[in-house]
Amino acid sequence: MARSNKAARNHTSYWASIGHRLSGLALAAFIPVHFYVLSLAANDTGALDGFLALADQPLFKIGEWGLVVLLVIHMSFGIRVLILEFLPWRHGKDGRTNLVWVGCIAALIIGVYFLVRAV
Amino acid sequence: MSTLKVKIWRGEEDGEFQSFEVPARENQTILDVVTEVQRQQEPGLSYRFACRVGVCGSCAMTVNGKPRWTCRTHINAVAKDGEITIEPLRNMPVIKDLTCDMTDFFQKWQKAGGTFKGTVTRKDKVVTIPPSSPKRQKADAGIECINCAVCYAACDTVNWDSEYLGPAALNRAWTLVNDERVGNQKEVLDKAIGDNGCSSCHSQGNCTASCPVGLSPSQSIHGLKRMSLLSFLGTEV
Ligand code: SF4
Ligand code: SF4
Ligand code: FES
Repeated sequence: MARSNKAARNHTSYWASIGHRLSGLALAAFIPVHFYVLSLAANDTGALDGFLALADQPLFKIGEWGLVVLLVIHMSFGIRVLILEFLPWRHGKDGRTNLVWVGCIAALIIGVYFLVRAV
Repeated sequence: MSTLKVKIWRGEEDGEFQSFEVPARENQTILDVVTEVQRQQEPGLSYRFACRVGVCGSCAMTVNGKPRWTCRTHINAVAKDGEITIEPLRNMPVIKDLTCDMTDFFQKWQKAGGTFKGTVTRKDKVVTIPPSSPKRQKADAGIECINCAVCYAACDTVNWDSEYLGPAALNRAWTLVNDERVGNQKEVLDKAIGDNGCSSCHSQGNCTASCPVGLSPSQSIHGLKRMSLLSFLGTEV
């Protein structure tokens, strides 16, 4: 059996940083698709119309919903890091972990709003 | 009497776990268990300790996957179904069994400007610093570090980048840049915010979550980050 090589990771700030990073990666993966569709708008309106019709499919809507939720998570977790790094802490253990929950709730509310509007 | 099953790392970087059984007692710390194994069963087992009361910082080990000070860690707080796994701290080379080589850890304190350089000699009058001064309070918040390297072992950035100065050294630098008796604050700050310094920190706070004496290296590092921004903007620090 090998030595364990994990850090003391099971705490809210750690999971927030994982959420921040994974949402960032997912959004980064989406950017090329985004630019591709933009290029269709500029170069090939026929293909764009085809794509937009496709984008009305429920599966796409779910994807869009995921994107919006990821954006809110990434933005709110990022704001938390800026607050942690640039504003004074209230006490030593102040990881502003409440902001993690605020971000999750914001993502939930905006996600639900998006779904309600879509149907 | 019921027993505890203890797995202890034996060897160096390459090695394996050796299993022992020790009596489960009412009041027993991890360090007690290691000592019992060494005294009664395996005299060749290497480990470090000195004070046994949480002051010297020499007894830290990885216990059930987490870095801890073993002299102040009660078995009941960590044993899972009567089983404990004890390993050397991570992020430092293993010398033998539970002892690791802390040379880098301490050299990084020097690299972060950790040596106290005062402005007066012993012939001068003692400078009065009110404990209520905001700077003194910031320094006080980080000053009780016992150099145990628990935070250093908990830090993922140290694990990824062996040059990173790490939470304890940067916490020390933070106490110095807030200590009004220090004569070379600019030099310390430059070291702490320079290469491999505070900007490498990922803000996850493993260090703060693990420090056994309740310090917050993460808070100190963020203080340094703020100071680094202010000094970049040309504001007096
Ligand atoms: S907050 Fe910074 S110093 Fe502390 S464990 Fe995380 S990366 Fe390391
Ligand atoms: S900051 Fe805490 S965990 Fe890190 S070396 Fe000092 S006492 Fe140990
Ligand atoms: S033996 Fe001194 S801190 Fe544990």
